[in-house]
Order: sequence, then C-alpha cells, then structure tokens
Amino acid sequence: MIKVANVSKSYGTTRVLDDVSLSLPKGGLTALIGPNGAGKSTLLSIMARLLSPDAGTVHVDGLDVFATPGAVLARRLAILKQNNQITPRLTVAELVAFGRFPYSRGRLTREDAERVSDAIAYVDLSAVQDRLIDELSGGQRQRAFIAMVLAQDPACLLLDEPLNNLDMKHAAAIMRLLRRAADDLGKTVVVVIHDINFASCHADRIVAMKEGRLILQEAPAAVMRPEVLRAVYDMDIAVHEIAGTRLAAYYR
Amino acid sequence: MLPREGSPGAARMFSPPFAGALAGLVALAGVSVLVGVGVTPLALFTGEAGHGLLVLAASRIPRTLALVFAGLAMGVCAALMQMMFRNRFVEPTTAGTAQAATLGLLVATIAAPDWPPLAKMAVATAFALVATLLFLKIIARVAFRGAVLVPLVGLMLGGVIDALSVFIAYRYDLLQALGAWTTGNFSGVLRGRYELLWLTVVLAGIAYATADRFTAAGLGDAFATNLGLDYRRIVAMGLAIVALATAACIATAGTVPFLGLIVANLVALALGDNLRRTLPWIALSGAAFLLACDIVGRLVRYPYEIPVGTVAGVAGSALFLYLLLRRRLRLG
Amino acid sequence: MAEAGHTRARNVLLLLGFVALLAMASFMTVGARGNWGFVLTLRGGKLAGLVLVGIAVAVSTVLFQTLTENRILTPAVMGFDALYVTLQTLAVFGLGGGAATALDPRLRFFAEAVLLTAAVLALFRWLFDGRRGLHLVVLSGLVFGVLCRGLANLLQRILDPNEFSVLQSMMFTRFNMVDTNLLPVAALIILAACVVAVRLVPVLDVLALGRDAAISLGVDHGRMVKLLIVLVALLVSVSTALVGPVMFFGLLVSNFAYIALGTDRHRYTLPAAALIAIACLAAGQTVLERVLGYDAALSVVIEFGGGIVFILLLLRGARA
Repeated sequence: MIKVANVSKSYGTTRVLDDVSLSLPKGGLTALIGPNGAGKSTLLSIMARLLSPDAGTVHVDGLDVFATPGAVLARRLAILKQNNQITPRLTVAELVAFGRFPYSRGRLTREDAERVSDAIAYVDLSAVQDRLIDELSGGQRQRAFIAMVLAQDPACLLLDEPLNNLDMKHAAAIMRLLRRAADDLGKTVVVVIHDINFASCHADRIVAMKEGRLILQEAPAAVMRPEVLRAVYDMDIAVHEIAGTRLAAYYR
Repeated sequence: MLPREGSPGAARMFSPPFAGALAGLVALAGVSVLVGVGVTPLALFTGEAGHGLLVLAASRIPRTLALVFAGLAMGVCAALMQMMFRNRFVEPTTAGTAQAATLGLLVATIAAPDWPPLAKMAVATAFALVATLLFLKIIARVAFRGAVLVPLVGLMLGGVIDALSVFIAYRYDLLQALGAWTTGNFSGVLRGRYELLWLTVVLAGIAYATADRFTAAGLGDAFATNLGLDYRRIVAMGLAIVALATAACIATAGTVPFLGLIVANLVALALGDNLRRTLPWIALSGAAFLLACDIVGRLVRYPYEIPVGTVAGVAGSALFLYLLLRRRLRLG
Repeated sequence: MAEAGHTRARNVLLLLGFVALLAMASFMTVGARGNWGFVLTLRGGKLAGLVLVGIAVAVSTVLFQTLTENRILTPAVMGFDALYVTLQTLAVFGLGGGAATALDPRLRFFAEAVLLTAAVLALFRWLFDGRRGLHLVVLSGLVFGVLCRGLANLLQRILDPNEFSVLQSMMFTRFNMVDTNLLPVAALIILAACVVAVRLVPVLDVLALGRDAAISLGVDHGRMVKLLIVLVALLVSVSTALVGPVMFFGLLVSNFAYIALGTDRHRYTLPAAALIAIACLAAGQTVLERVLGYDAALSVVIEFGGGIVFILLLLRGARA
C-alpha cells in the first residue's frame, strides 16, 4: 500500500532522514513515534510529496508519488498538517467541500454535495456546518479538517500530530474518529503522535524513529515495553497494563 | 557607574590596527581633497596666484571635513540606536528619525524662512525627537518583538512622514529643497556652510565618554538598572544625541540611507558589541565609507558629479540586503 | 449550500460596483467646460488608463497575497515596481539612449515586461525557497526596492547627468498623466490576465488553504506558483508602465476588500478589490485634481494612508 524505499533527506549538513525504508499494508492505523528531531514529520511530508527527498522513492498503491499527477494522487492520499497559520474565513461546509476538489475542480456536483454532508455528519459537525472555522473550538476545528480529508475519500490518510493543542477529551475523540475511519471505512491511517499511550490504545502498529532512522515496526504490545522505550527515548519508562492496554508512565 | 579606566577597550583605542586604519582614513581624506573639477591636484598647490589654495580652503577641505564628520555621526548614531532599541537593524533612517528631521527643516523653512540655520536645525531636532519617541512607543506596544519587525515598522513610519513632507513641499513649491535634504550631496559644501557639523564631533565625543552606559543599556532595562544606572536617562540622552546629530547632517548635506546601520553591523560582526571598544572603529568606518562613496560619485561620470547619497544608497542597501539574508547562508 | 452565506458578499459587490460607476461618472463630468465631445474623449482616455491601472494593481496584489499566503506582502512592497523601473533604465543604458527611444514604445514595453517576468521568477525562487520569516521577506523586499530605486537613479545620472527631470517623472507615481500610447496593449494584457485569473478562481481558493493542503488536494503547486508569478509580473509591468511605481495602493485595496466582504473567496475578492481600486483612483483624482486643484497629490495621499494601514496590519499580526 505505502512503500518507502531508501529515503534520505538532509538540510545543509544535518541529516534528517538516513536511508529509511518502510512498508505499510493496506488498512489499519499506524502510529509514527519517536523523540523530537527523529524525522517523523519529515518522513510524513515526503510520503505525501510535500517535500522531495534527496534519495529514495515513495510508492502509494503502486504509484510513484513524485511522478504521478497531483490530481490523480489526491484521490488516493491526503495529508493533514498542523501549520495552518491563517485559516481563511470559511464555513465548515465550505472547508469540507474543498475535499471534493480533486474530483470536481471546485464545481460541486450533487454527488459531491452528498459526500460533503456525509463527511460532516461523520465527524458530528452537522449542527455547526454554517459556522466559520475560526469560531469553532480546537477540537471541532480539527474534526472539520478531518471531515475535509474524509470527503476527499483517499485510501490513505496521513496526519501530522493531529492531537496538538487539544485537551484530553478532544484528543481521545479524534483518535476514536481515526480508529473508526480505519475500521468502518477501510482507510489506511498514518499518524505522527507524541503521546505513546494514545498510540498504544488506538494503533494497530507502531513505527518508531530515532535520529533519522527507522528503528522498529511492531504491534503496540511489543513496543510498549520498558527496554524498547528506553532504546527509543533514552529514558526509563515504566509500563503498566491497565484493562488490557499497556500504558507508559513517563511523567516522573 | 561602570569603571571607566579599567575597561579593556580603552587601551586599545590607539592599537596598531586602529592606527593603521586611521592612517587609511587620512589617506582617503587626502584623495578626497585632491579629486575634483576645475583644478588639477598639482595646480591646487602651485597654481597661479593662490587660486588653488583658495579652492582648497573654501571648498575642498570643508567638503572633506563635512564628509568625515557626517560619516562619523551616522555611524555613531546607528550604534547608539541599536543599543537603545536592542535591535541590529535600527538607525536614523529605519526609525523615522531622519524623515522627521527633514519634515522639521521643511516646516521651519516655511514657517520661519528668516531663521538662522541653527534655529532651523533646532526645529528639526525637535521633530526627530518626537518621531523617535513615537517609534519607541509603537514598538513598546508590540508584544512579540521580532527582530525584523522593528525596522519594518520604522521604515514604514519614515515612509508616512516622507509622504507628509512631499505633500507639504508640493503645496509650497519646495520639492527641490526637499530633494536636497533627502539625497545626501556634499557638492554644495563650502566654508561657512558646514560648520554645524562640528557639533557632531562633540556629540560623538560625548557618546564615546559614556559608551559603557550605552553598552549596558543594550543588555536591557533590568541589566542597566541592576548596575545602578538610570535606564530612562541613558535612553533620553542617547535619543538627544541621535536627534541632534541627524538634524545637523541633514541640514548640511542631506540623508544617506543605511550607512550607519551597515557600518555598525560590520564592526559588531568583527569586534563585538562593547561600544567602548567599537565606537571609534564605527566612527572611523562611517567616515571612510562616506568618503569613498563621495570619491566614487565624483569620478564615475567625471566631470559631472553623482550625489554621494545615490552612490552610498546603492552600496548601503545592497549591503543591508546582504546582512538580512546572510543568516540563512549560515544555517546552510 | 455554500452559496447561502454569501448574500453579504454579493451585496457588497453590488454596492462597490455602484460606487465605482459613480466615481467614473463624476471623473468624466465634474468641472467640465467647453466642447463636451473633446472633454469626453480626453477624459475617457485618462479614465481608461485609471481603470486599467486599478484592475492591474488590485488583481496582481490579491493573486500575490494568495500565492504567498499572507496579507501584507504585495508586489510593490517586494520592490517589483522599482525593479521594473530599474530594468527600464538598464535597457536604455544597454541600448544607448538614442536606440531605446527610437524603438516602438509598445515593443519596448513588451521587452521590458518579459525581462521583469524573468527577473521576478528568479527572485521569487531565491527569496521564497526556504523558511525565511514573513517579516524578513517583507523587510528584504523594501530594502530591495530602495536598492532598485537607487540603481535606477544612479544609472540615470550616469547616462545623462543634466536631465534630472526625466528621472523624477519615472520614479514618481503620476495618476494625472497616464501614458495613453500604451492603452490598447495594456488593455489586451490585462484582459488576458483576468481571463486566466477567473478560470483559476477555484484553484486560487484551494491555494488559500496553504501549500500543504493544496498539494494534498492535488494542485500542482509548483506549476501554479510559476503561472501566478508570470501573471503578477505582467500586471505589474502594465501598471508601472502606465503610471509609474505605486507603493501601497495594492495593499490598501486588497485589505479593504477582505474586510468589506467577510469572505475570502476569490470570486468575490478579485472583483471587489478591482472595483475599490477603480473607485479610489477615479474619485481621488476627481476630488484632488478637479475640486481641490492639487494635481499630483493622490499618490502621496495613498502613500500616507497606505503606510499607516501597513503599520497597523504589522502590529495586529504581531500581537496575535
């Protein structure tokens, strides 16, 4: 489904990604974890063709992301980044309608309109669909952006730190939403995430990075172990099993 | 009070490199005196019936001195302002100071055409002070003080003041006079018409004598207060020096954009931020820069002259751009 | 569904259209004496020039702001106008004054527009390739403008040390003396640029979401940027050739349009900015030139107001 082969990227003399190869199967939720500066966001951006690598290739569904026309790829792959400094003055419905751009180039058909309202309903924002984005709470805004990529209907969804600046309640809601997208809609979801406990609770597999390299790709139960976490984060982290989920206590 | 005698820079003022640079400046001044229309260098001294000497005393030497004084003043002003605003890109033309001084001269010329130059300069100084204070106020209201935002606001403020000046000058048919103040030009400097600039030497001397205080102010309000210095008084004195010197330069020869900024930055890059040590270098480099630009302006289209403001404006803005964009190169 | 919220924008657009028409009508008629046929032809030419300049400045500014994802950068703030003047001077310098003036003005204009486009493309890639902060880019643009004006000034003086006035008229905005020779060419270029811009409206809306979102939605961002830069450079060439550099006008009209409309959809912002520009130029010229008798004052008033708005925008942005 997603195949990253021998990708490297440097800024000046700093090597951000060092010969990274990664293969993710179709479906399921993958969490990308690692300390700051490990290269997670860079890798995600390269997977979504936002950045071009110095070396290596990325294929999604067998398509080379750097050679395939953007409009074709946009039906298979979408990325959501958190750097939207200015949100244009748009209503929720208008924003979500942008998700149909790859299909209708801005002129909505009836089918597009249905998809848009389905997506809005899916993230439970129908009640506020005519409100402006910047009047919403952080969690609602995040859901609106997710609705946009759902309306885009790609097989693959890449999200860069979607939980930033969200409180516990909203963060958990977003993760449940992504989980549902993977289960009910069959999406392949890749999430860069800082809180490893969210990864443990919601992901099917965890990919850990450190200093520009991929160091492991395992199921949560295999990753959530003190010796593994120590190797990733260089700190001692106790892991407790609570109600069948392994949780790390890293606050002390 | 900071220890003055013991400060490490004091002894270095006449270090061999500085003496060498000083000799270079003197040489440059020599060239400046000898270059020009009408009288060949040789004839200046041997020419018939003292004509050469007359040119020398009435025009050439005053012009060279004016260039040295103005260049020195612009460098010193920029250095002081950069300390007071704690920003590398502030100088009289990027803080509204120079533009306000020009407006002041214009207003004085319209309201009281008969006043002596000194009185007009006083008006210009007052305008410059008010504008710089206004700029300080505006900047203080910004919570996030990005290093580049400060000069950006300053340039804009200057632009607004300039627009006002153009409007007034247009109404009173004084665009020509305004042009003379906004473009630095020393071709009109004669004996009897540049003496205001001696004031800048005095002001530079005061700045040098109190350099340690400005260095301390550059480290911040808290730092200066902690040393028992009155931060507000330092700033007030600094602003007064800057406003006076800027007004004197503009009244005599006009504005030269970015010269002080460039010189102060280049010296800081090489020698750091201890004003006691760097101020003499900044003064010297400012003078040398202006002299060099003036010589270029006189030679490039000989026998016509291109105003030093134009030459220095091009060189200054190119160097300013380099300083601005250089940081990225370092990041790689 | 998306249309429902836009009644305000549509009303604003109608109102602006009405105001622009009124301004144009008053420009044509206020203070006219003597032979109406003559007056209307003369003023018609001038008005056509003002309308073209208004559209060129407004559209180029809105496109540029969408492209650079901010509200304070404009082509003029980046020094493109000044660059055009410098290139003009350089062309004269390279060809020699005689040859340059002997050339058909329209041909010269085309050559200069192509030069500017090439220069701006190179400059843009160099300036926006990395992660320079917005303020740094703006400040660099302003200083670059000063450099360009200085260079043009220097070259002019080297070329012709006595002809001071030519230079003066080149560096200042002259809304009262539109170069009517270029009107047909200018109209053609602006029409073409506007047709392209209108066809791009949906894509422009996507670009306004930011580069990453636009790419994710399948827009070929790199190609779009190049296309828009070419459009902007052409429009800047037209307006600068007609009336000289205009520093803050674009900034004023684009921001007024954003504030008045309450939406950022390009199908509203582009025409609104253009209408505001036309209304300002026509009404401003009528009031300042005909009623008050200040012939060259409009550009100064714009500079003054524009500078203040710019400072306010900077401060508001910095506080947020």
